[in-house]
Amino acid sequence: MLPLLDSERQALWLSLSVALRSVAFSLPLAIAVAWLLTRRRFPGRTLFDATVHLPLVLPPVVVGYLLLLLFGARGPLGGWLDRNLGIQLVFTRAGAALATAVMSFPLMVRAIRISLEHADVGLEDAARTLGAGPLDRFATITLPLMLPGILAGAVTAFAAGLGEFGAVITFVSNIPGETRTLPLALYTALQTPDGDASAARLALISFSLGVGGLLFAEALARSARRRLGS
Amino acid sequence: MLEVRAALRRGEFALDVAFAAPTPGVLALFGRSGSGKTTLLHTIAGLLTPTSGRIALDGQVYFETGRRPVPPERRRIGCVFQEGRLFPHRSVLGNLRYGERRAPSDSRRIRSDDVIDLLGLRELLARRPHQLSGGERHRVAIGRALLSQPRLLLLDEPLAAQDLARRAELLPYLERLCRELRVPIVYVSHQFDEVARLATHGVLLEQGAVVAEGDVGALSRSRALREIVGPDEVGAVVEGEIESVAGERARIRIGGETIEVACPGAAPGLHARLHLKARDGVLALEPAAGSVAAQVLHGKVAALEPDAAQSLLVDVDVGGALLLVRVPGLDPVAAQLRPGSAVALWVNSANARAFPTSRAAGAAPPRAATSGGHAPAASPPRAD
Repeated sequence: MLPLLDSERQALWLSLSVALRSVAFSLPLAIAVAWLLTRRRFPGRTLFDATVHLPLVLPPVVVGYLLLLLFGARGPLGGWLDRNLGIQLVFTRAGAALATAVMSFPLMVRAIRISLEHADVGLEDAARTLGAGPLDRFATITLPLMLPGILAGAVTAFAAGLGEFGAVITFVSNIPGETRTLPLALYTALQTPDGDASAARLALISFSLGVGGLLFAEALARSARRRLGS
Repeated sequence: MLEVRAALRRGEFALDVAFAAPTPGVLALFGRSGSGKTTLLHTIAGLLTPTSGRIALDGQVYFETGRRPVPPERRRIGCVFQEGRLFPHRSVLGNLRYGERRAPSDSRRIRSDDVIDLLGLRELLARRPHQLSGGERHRVAIGRALLSQPRLLLLDEPLAAQDLARRAELLPYLERLCRELRVPIVYVSHQFDEVARLATHGVLLEQGAVVAEGDVGALSRSRALREIVGPDEVGAVVEGEIESVAGERARIRIGGETIEVACPGAAPGLHARLHLKARDGVLALEPAAGSVAAQVLHGKVAALEPDAAQSLLVDVDVGGALLLVRVPGLDPVAAQLRPGSAVALWVNSANARAFPTSRAAGAAPPRAATSGGHAPAASPPRAD
């Protein structure tokens, strides 16, 4: 184990906690959006699809800026949240999680959507003839068939979330112990004289986490596929 | 009674049908591929909604123009799809239980132990669908549909995707199913041999419309069917009663006459069905010498009409049972046949085969009514 400075350990834990929160928050939403986009035809669907994918093509700084406009203290949503629920997002951990969630959302939706497109609608029809209503069908047939995609999406989003930089630093700034996640700590180390060793350690941690996440996602997907026999 | 009137369009294809069939019984939907059999089946199940018509079973209305259709999950119509559609994430037992758990507990007449034995599934219960052969998968799909305690069971070409060996394996299961369970069955097929063995009533579809319907005997002799199956497969289906059994062969009483043919699974007292193809019979004018042989039926010509290749297709009435025989134009008998002529029908017993059926198509023992939900059950409901 590498000897880590307190600030580095703090950044690692913060990154893990932010990424985990972002996944927990966006997963149910991503499942719902993936389902809507694959199984429902509604007016404005193309526009909705494009909006969901926007974070993939926008510069992360733009996403951070838009979040500031919306959730800033004087933004329409930020002001409301603060007044009614006492939730502040700017300069907080929760805000970092939100920025991370928005950035990794399209990745998650894509993974879930692919598994949903492969899930045979005929199986849901079969469940209908066996007496299963809409919610029952979703819980007992659709959801289990989506599981490989959900797992893959969650792990990929988690791994990607560990490294989110632009949107986070724009939206919640770079506050040690509150919003300074791994990539932000790495950036800070590079800006500091004598920070080279710290930067290298942080880079190595980020690298291991990323590779580990991808391998884990692959293993999960493989075991899920084997269980479904395809 | 199953009543179906339905009109619907799917792209270029239009379905427009109306027929009624007695219940319980096995109704065959027969026709070429693309004639609308599966579409019709899915319409009965409720997976497709017609633009107009009426679908009702034993007085319970599932669909009627202007009313909100009963959704499939509340129709209690079991459906065995062509591709099986087993749930890949559940074991065989998990698949079987899926429908059973969702059936109202006061309707549990079909017990899982019985179904598992009837379909030979006991060894497979712990397996996953992808570990099953095609025939096994279909048996599980049939079992799953049966355990949902259906008021009606729909089977979509359960034998179509199977090779010959699998067909031979599955067909006896289907026969037992039709014979032992009192659930009405609608059976889709494009093989008339299967229809002849399993069905009591048939509907013949062509391009989304009904071109013939009736009991299987009448349907087998209809002109519409002859056109679909082609000259080699033309024949007639008649019902008889098994008198005695010797090995694989049985003596079967048909219209007061007795004939000995192969009849696997026969037992004295059971009813049997003979599917005699027109090419497997030879006619001789009475009185003919030696015509007391075991392969001869005596009757008279009911009607005759010219057939392809200068031959005659003759309707022979054997004590009320109508059979079809083709007489080649070169046969000297052909010129002498007239309606009413007394004839001896020699059956080519190497090809002819009979199959035991339920006690009698028309005289089924009374069963607990399944409509309305207030009828007394034949046996106490079981919760297992």
